[in-house]
Amino acid sequence: MSNEQIKEMEIERSLEAQFEERILRDEKIEAKDWMPEKYRKTHIRQISQHAHSEIIGMLPEGNWITRAPSLRRKVALLAKIQDEAGHGLYLYSACETLGVSREELYEQLHSGKAKYSSIFNYPTVSWADMGAVGWLVDGAAIINQVPLCSTSYGPYARAMIRVCKEESFHQRQGYEIMVKLAKGTPEQKEMAQDALNRWWWPSLMMLGPTDAESVHTEQSMKWKLKRKSNDELRQQFIDQTVPQAELIGLTIPDKDLKWNEERGSYDFGEIDWDEFWQVVKGHGPCNKERMDARVNAWEEGEWVRDAAMAYAEKNKNINKAV
Amino acid sequence: MKENLYKYILGIADNSLILGQRLGELCGHGPSLEIDIACTNISLDLFGQSRSYYQYAAKLKGNETTEDDVALLRTEREYVNLLLVEQPNRNFAHTMARQFLFDVYHILLLQELEKSHDLTLAAIAKKSIKEVSYHLRFSSDWVKRLGNGTDVSHDKMQNAIDALWTYTDELFHQTDADKAMIAEGVGVDITKFKDSYEQKVAEILTEATLKVPENKWFQKGGKQGIHTEHLGYLLSDLQYMQRTYPNMEW
Repeated sequence: MSNEQIKEMEIERSLEAQFEERILRDEKIEAKDWMPEKYRKTHIRQISQHAHSEIIGMLPEGNWITRAPSLRRKVALLAKIQDEAGHGLYLYSACETLGVSREELYEQLHSGKAKYSSIFNYPTVSWADMGAVGWLVDGAAIINQVPLCSTSYGPYARAMIRVCKEESFHQRQGYEIMVKLAKGTPEQKEMAQDALNRWWWPSLMMLGPTDAESVHTEQSMKWKLKRKSNDELRQQFIDQTVPQAELIGLTIPDKDLKWNEERGSYDFGEIDWDEFWQVVKGHGPCNKERMDARVNAWEEGEWVRDAAMAYAEKNKNINKAV
Repeated sequence: MKENLYKYILGIADNSLILGQRLGELCGHGPSLEIDIACTNISLDLFGQSRSYYQYAAKLKGNETTEDDVALLRTEREYVNLLLVEQPNRNFAHTMARQFLFDVYHILLLQELEKSHDLTLAAIAKKSIKEVSYHLRFSSDWVKRLGNGTDVSHDKMQNAIDALWTYTDELFHQTDADKAMIAEGVGVDITKFKDSYEQKVAEILTEATLKVPENKWFQKGGKQGIHTEHLGYLLSDLQYMQRTYPNMEW
């Protein structure tokens, strides 16, 4: 190793030490600041995965826009999905600050290289699913996301503050759909219970694999991308959601669910991790539909984007000439 | 009940409802995230407007009629929207052409409706004008962008305008209810604005390097409840929950 190389390594090590100290002091890392390559890559992976989840997440809910039961519900659902598109937009932007383009990120999604939240690979088969998705899926998402409002990367943390505000509104909206159904006719109540039965376990899986199997936890904790382990977050979600179900007379589909006085938490049944990994690996009920929908939208939109670029280019030339 | 006023309101409300529904179908499938958000926004505006009209219509009808009863529980023959707005989303050029041809008309209608002797209609129009000005800017910009963009986009845009042109004459047809409401100073005599409409459309199309179609064969029937075959399917979705689970609250 030459002297120069040794010197470079020393500089790198000292920069890295300063960087870690900044994070310890709760300082925000900004786009132009020096950061270790691994930090950059991890953030690109996580933020883009989050952005993709927002965009794919529009599809199962979009499935009910044309069939919403009332105009009021239709407008609320549309607004909610529009919020998700907005979240996608600013998360992609936050990701772009790390030196990757939105086109590259789309390419990763469309080629299957990038992941998104597996929950969106389940079908929405009844109106009550719009309630269950808001209540449970957005509920679990909030538990995952609130700690990110104080994560170390500034652009991500700031995007998350807005995302979380809107998500908590969505969760209340979803719960309110369930309340109305649960108080409704026997058919409506049955619809609500059926949705809870189908969405409960996938929602628990949303909080990620058990701590023993989670590969990114340690590093993510250090960079404040994570504050609590997956299992802790899952417990928090269960403890918060069970009373909400009880309040409206719905039954959590878990025969092992029981209040544990000693722990001050609910004990719960075994999660079917085989199902989780099957869906993660691309073999869930709707993986193909979701990906096809995204790829089609992108490919069918190509001529539109080309036209917009060509038009902008022509205008630039005209402006120059003037 | 004021039968003519009720019918007149539906004549305006159904356009917003049906076009909102068409745009809603696209949510999550737009050519870019920004366009997706914009189209959802327009859809939201249109549903919002339709709700104001239907709430008014429901009040006129009395007997605890709700906005959803009026909006979602009529037969196909009872919807009186223009044929233009029920046309399907064939591609983005069609979507924008449909939007543009409607927006130019819509803003002219609202600017006049704002002066209506009926204060409720005037208020809804006033609120809607702001929204529809944005719709018109968005759709005109896209007509220009696609017309001037590439050869492909130019052809698609021209084809879309040509295909939808046949539905534009109907915008200026009047029903008996329209005539009665005009006589009372409530309704808008839209025939007075036909020239302004044609002028504005021609102006944008020219800017977009597109030809104003010369076709003089026009379709009509929407205002009498005789629709194209597309509407029935749209209504099957729109009414699905109300028909399958009648008399429930959501």
